Amino acid sequence: MMEVLHGLGTGFAVALSPLNLLLVLAGCFAGTLIGALPGIGPINGVAILLPIAYGLGFPPESALILLAGIYYGAEYGGRISSILLNVPGDAGAVMTTLDGNPMARNGQAGKALSLSAVASFVGGTIAVVLLSLFGPMLARFGVKFQPSDYVALMVFAFACLASLVGSSPLKTLTGALIGLMLATIGVDANTGVQRYSFGIPDLLAGIDFLVIVIGLFGMAELFHLVEQQIRGRLTTVPIDKSFVSWADIARTKWTMLRCSLIGFIIGTLPGTGASVASAVAYGTEKRLAGSTAGTFGTGDIRGLAAPEAANNGSATGAMVPMLTLGIPGSGTTAILLGALLMFNVTPGPLMFEQRPEIAWGLIASMYIGNIALLVLNLPLVGLFARMLTIPQHYLTPLIAILAFIGIYSIVGNPFDLYMIIGLGVFGWILRKLDFSLAPVILGFVLGGLFENNLRRALSISGGDWGILFSTVDSLVLYALAIAVVVIPLWLGRRAARRANAAFDA
Amino acid sequence: MSRFAPFALAAAAAAAFALPAAAEIDRPECIAPAQPGGGFDLTCRIAQQGLEPFLDRQVQVTFMPGGIGAVAFNMFNTTRTDDPNAIVAFSTGSLLNLITGKYGDWSIDDARWLATAGTDYGAVVVLADSPYKTLDDLMAALKEDPSSITIGAGGSVGSQDWMKAALLLKTIDGDPRKMRYVAFDGGGEAIAGVLGGAIQVYTGDIGEMTSHMDGSLRILGVMADERLAPPFDQFATLKEQGYDAVWPIMRGFYMGKDVSDEDYQAWVDIFEKAHGSEEYRKIQSEKGLLPLDLSGEEFTAAVRAQTQQLHDLAVETGLITE
Repeated sequence: MMEVLHGLGTGFAVALSPLNLLLVLAGCFAGTLIGALPGIGPINGVAILLPIAYGLGFPPESALILLAGIYYGAEYGGRISSILLNVPGDAGAVMTTLDGNPMARNGQAGKALSLSAVASFVGGTIAVVLLSLFGPMLARFGVKFQPSDYVALMVFAFACLASLVGSSPLKTLTGALIGLMLATIGVDANTGVQRYSFGIPDLLAGIDFLVIVIGLFGMAELFHLVEQQIRGRLTTVPIDKSFVSWADIARTKWTMLRCSLIGFIIGTLPGTGASVASAVAYGTEKRLAGSTAGTFGTGDIRGLAAPEAANNGSATGAMVPMLTLGIPGSGTTAILLGALLMFNVTPGPLMFEQRPEIAWGLIASMYIGNIALLVLNLPLVGLFARMLTIPQHYLTPLIAILAFIGIYSIVGNPFDLYMIIGLGVFGWILRKLDFSLAPVILGFVLGGLFENNLRRALSISGGDWGILFSTVDSLVLYALAIAVVVIPLWLGRRAARRANAAFDA
Repeated sequence: MSRFAPFALAAAAAAAFALPAAAEIDRPECIAPAQPGGGFDLTCRIAQQGLEPFLDRQVQVTFMPGGIGAVAFNMFNTTRTDDPNAIVAFSTGSLLNLITGKYGDWSIDDARWLATAGTDYGAVVVLADSPYKTLDDLMAALKEDPSSITIGAGGSVGSQDWMKAALLLKTIDGDPRKMRYVAFDGGGEAIAGVLGGAIQVYTGDIGEMTSHMDGSLRILGVMADERLAPPFDQFATLKEQGYDAVWPIMRGFYMGKDVSDEDYQAWVDIFEKAHGSEEYRKIQSEKGLLPLDLSGEEFTAAVRAQTQQLHDLAVETGLITE
């Protein structure tokens, strides 16, 4: 405990120096803007700015603080385009669209933006407190998590996904299946065999997350908007001055706390990230809501707070294995790890001893960053909300241009530009057929993780499927998965029986 | 396109006005065929910082991710085949991709191999409290039953990482196809796998072990020809322990195949100067690489030799047919 306090003392001394304070604020601000742009998420924000941060010649701790500020700033900002435009900035913000966008369309854009800022703050802050207190211990837990346990976690995540089954279970499952199929494209991670790449080199590494999200969600949304405009069915949303109230926060406080924890824990596991965390959080909350779950998906504040607390919690959680073990927990932390190496800092267990100013400085900057983001975001809510009043014929091409620039600046490959158009048309057709697109994205995210870990587990056991049920962790997760699916059904039946009994009497 | 337009213009201008003899590198660029922050980025940073004293202008680093390097290789074989300013980072893993056809129908003759940035070597790693105290323990167990031990690394079956494990097994005449190999997504996850006990042996790289020399892992041997410089001098090579498996992971640069001899030689000269300097050596080690100084003809020969070795291994293990 003393060690932690001493470390934090060192850290704050570093993080509160004028230059570093300025950098964390600049990073958070730039990150929010980057995250708000459709198509550019944290991973791309950090990747784009890494060469710049490097070029500016800051000391390593300052550069890292700047990059980390961009990272969690973008994680905050990702919600803005999800809520306002129904276009998630990155895979972790997909679940935010489910209730966030309906809220905005109901004239509560300001409330949605401010509530999600609070949820993000809660998620980020709880996670950074847990990180400073239990970082090393949690890292050891994360490492003990075997491939077979990951399989169980994915089964649990799929079970949570079942809660997304709306009016048409068949369409939700078909959507998830399409996602699974898209995930199999590219070089097979286990055998190195090419699958569904048709000899096109651009498909060898599979389809990038971002291309799927921007194509299926962003482009499809744009096609939809254009269609509405041509048919003259476009309704303008009134400028709303709604804002989060204490009552809203009180109503979602347990949701935020639970989801922050879920997000943090899933974030600490190497390989899983914000997308898995927010899906599990959303599913869990919808299940826990019981009889009031019907409002999820139509602008329920709990459905908005859940994924936002979780994805910010997981962004911080992903720092745990990176800082304590030198193992990246997500794509973005992999880039931060690369940044450390570039600054000649060796991450891992020895970093806290050898370079405490960097390790603790970074952690302290997360505390500051979270507060800065909340302070920065709340007053800007009104400004962001006004974005909806931009006439559609300016907004649509603007989003399209941003999405194309975003994709091209990252991937640098014209092929992916055609791909987002193709996926956009596909997504638009799916929407016409009343498919929800979230299951497609989640199927894509979870599918890859599920397959790789299943095959890893089976390679370890030499083909014995028993390995999947060999640890306590996995058994607990399977039990939870069953509970998540069965309990609501059972509760529903019981309620129906009671209603019948009451009716008969 | 704006990023490439100036180069296209520069190349056109150079072609139109410059005399062939005046080989000058006026806008040096290093292309990392991946996202920022990865191994290729580091390779390009070595060029950027290490060549700085020998060039008029600093090397610009640009990124061209896609198809595990295939996109960049295609670009330099279709549109920028004679770009005198650009060098592209590659590694032993890229050579393997080239052989196994992952870059399309190109071969190693479709590029001009320029110079090394440095090298890394394979390492055989187990958990500190592993029952395999020495390499001999491990090899005896592997000889008894190759499928009794789970070996993992950061690449798929048939990848450069897998080759290290296959090579290890071959020293005792084992069949690599019988080994119980677990493919992870990158070295980080594989290290997590060995720390958490999911796999028993990790065939990684010695360079990445600097973060893990805290006593949690034990390095049974290094796949180098001879003992490395400190801090790795404490680890015996596989060779000196009686197992003939040497695996350098070269990192270096290539240029388009139609680059003129003058332009190519200009770059070779710069690398030769850099390779001899203290400053370059320091930058190389800071970026986690070990010294290996080859350029020009000598380097091309080394690339050919390693490609042949990879090819033979790939054929032998059934990855490709002749």
